[in-house]
Amino acid sequence: MTPLRETVETVERASGEYRYGFVTDIETERAPTGLNEEIVRFISAKKEEPEWLLEWRLKAFRMWLGLEDREPRWANVHFPKIDFQEACYYAAPKQEGDGPASLDEVDPELLRTYEKLGIPLREQEVLAGVAGAGNVAVDAVFDSVSVATTFKDKLAEMGVIFCPISEAVRDHPELVRKYLGSVVPQGDNFYAALNSAVFSDGSFVYVPKGVQCPMELSTYFRINAQGTGQFERTLIIADEGSRVSYLEGCTAPQRDENQLHAAVVELVALKDAEIKYSTVQNWYPGDAEGKGGIYNFVTKRGACRGADSKISWTQVETGSAITWKYPSVLLQGDRSIGEFYSVAISNLRQQADTGTKMIHLGRDTRSTIISKGISAGRGQQTYRGLVRVQPKAGGARNFTQCDSLLIGDTCGGHTVPYIDVRHPGAEVAHEATTSRISDAQLFYCRQRGLDPEEAVSMIVNGFCRDVLQQLPMEFAVEAQKLLGISLEGAVG
Amino acid sequence: MSEPLLTIRNLRASVDDKEVLKGIDLSVAAGEVAAIMGPNGSGKSTLSNVLAGRDGYEVTDGEVRYDGQDLLAMEPEERAATGVFMAFQYPVEIPGVVNATFTRTALNAQRKARGESAIDAIDFLKGARATLARLEMDEDFLRRDVNAGFSGGEKKRNEIFQMAMLEPRLAILDETDSGLDIDALRIVATGVNAMRNPERALVVITHYQRLLEYVVPDSVHVLADGRIARSGDRELALELERAGYAAFQPA
Repeated sequence: MTPLRETVETVERASGEYRYGFVTDIETERAPTGLNEEIVRFISAKKEEPEWLLEWRLKAFRMWLGLEDREPRWANVHFPKIDFQEACYYAAPKQEGDGPASLDEVDPELLRTYEKLGIPLREQEVLAGVAGAGNVAVDAVFDSVSVATTFKDKLAEMGVIFCPISEAVRDHPELVRKYLGSVVPQGDNFYAALNSAVFSDGSFVYVPKGVQCPMELSTYFRINAQGTGQFERTLIIADEGSRVSYLEGCTAPQRDENQLHAAVVELVALKDAEIKYSTVQNWYPGDAEGKGGIYNFVTKRGACRGADSKISWTQVETGSAITWKYPSVLLQGDRSIGEFYSVAISNLRQQADTGTKMIHLGRDTRSTIISKGISAGRGQQTYRGLVRVQPKAGGARNFTQCDSLLIGDTCGGHTVPYIDVRHPGAEVAHEATTSRISDAQLFYCRQRGLDPEEAVSMIVNGFCRDVLQQLPMEFAVEAQKLLGISLEGAVG
Repeated sequence: MSEPLLTIRNLRASVDDKEVLKGIDLSVAAGEVAAIMGPNGSGKSTLSNVLAGRDGYEVTDGEVRYDGQDLLAMEPEERAATGVFMAFQYPVEIPGVVNATFTRTALNAQRKARGESAIDAIDFLKGARATLARLEMDEDFLRRDVNAGFSGGEKKRNEIFQMAMLEPRLAILDETDSGLDIDALRIVATGVNAMRNPERALVVITHYQRLLEYVVPDSVHVLADGRIARSGDRELALELERAGYAAFQPA
């Protein structure tokens, strides 16, 4: 059985329970609880980082201290104040000596975990697999460290660098130094500053000039240890005329406590380059009473630096107790293109405040925003988006469509668009709809033989089709199943 | 003769606490085409919705036996899986879901419930193309969203297409002829006639006689004020065409 097929079937077997809520029993090395300069130094030392990066972290930490009590409060989400001194900022599966050189050296317990999650870490299985298995290179991040990256050699032949960011710091310092923090500066916001101080691991991608990355690159994030946050940092650079498609997936064990996930993702597209970044986020959402679940406070931003470059964000957000996330694009290069396609589900007591920012700086830049929000149970969902056209961005165009679908009458859907146009020649269009799954639709489907959950799943998938189509094929199927599962129990 | 496929005894049902069906007695045998005719408000649509199991219709008395089973005790999707199909008077739009996916998913859901194996996309497509050709429908139709942006005639033809693909044992056609022009009516009728066989019963609910010129019924029943007021053969339909429903209206 191919790993992806297995994933799909694993997901299919799930019956309304969060399927990924298990804990891997593995020895973990942790930093002392709390956050201070010593912890920042501890993390940096653990990763044997160069002096410049330690300084960079410390600068970020001081900025974060300056931002204390400056947590964003404008989002339409409600939760008790987080005590940042109570969390652990570094946890890693214990291992002897250096990191694993190949999959054979990875702790088999970890491999079993990823197998259980349906993540294709074993290259040979993917290589031996049929067409449907997909051609995907995976970087697996377990708590604070990357445990395995597949297909590295094959990619290296084409000059593509795909490795844990800690490894990139060691092997490609010039690239990391040049681009780290260049899109999301250390002091950008409260959570970005926190991440910059304590970021643990994440993926690094560099695609050289003119290279079309031959396979999907994928990172799989797993929070396992108790009482830890995950602060990954991803940096993707597409050099001139190159192209890359990247996907991240996320799960976490089912726990009663809330766990913090504060990632930073930076994308840089140079002239004529194209980056497609897809996310299937399925962190543990908490239970029906709102107990537990991940706080997903993420800063994602891409810069279309060069002319004719393109950055496209696609996200399917089904998990997390609270989501605070606005993948954005800075359209600096002339004729550059930014896209944001989003499906977000809030069921149970989930709260999501998500959207995007499209900042038009260059001439004739274009952006498209398609957002599909689905609320069920007692979920609350807000689309928050900013379209800004700067004075020099003549010929800028934006199209925004925000659709909300409500299931039941105890949930909420909200749309908060900000439009700020400073050039008279810009064209900005915003469309928004709110609808409900009607009894007539449900009955029609049931009369044809679908049970209520299959019916809701089908209607919701139809509602999201424009976005799901943007996902790479293999993941689209998985995302479809995930939507169905996330909404189980949403109708009586 | 064996037990009829469908037997309705003293069926009473209310909508919003108002009694609409006031004691229906009716049986339809396998292989039979039964026409149910009646003036507006006589309970025709209520009857079809009750048989299909729609929420909001409260059955207060009576029973419905279908193929030896208590139909009213079943969920709508269970009824569908045992072969009960309803062609809707107002088919519903499902944006973003293409017809081919919808119909195949429905077919496989029913097959799964019956313990049968799933039909793969290729076999489904073969059957679908043949059916479309018979209904004089373009193949493009499979790629369009379910009923979204369809004309009235297209929606009704879609119902017949789904019926042909799902191969029910009991098909209830709720005013399928309403809103059709003469060409569409002829095509729909051809599709319905193609479904006639000794194993299958068709219940054709209609206000007018004209569909029955093409789909010739074995029996005709007049529904008036929530009861079957009269039953007969094809001649009864022609008589109604001439005399109207005046004789059956409450004074």
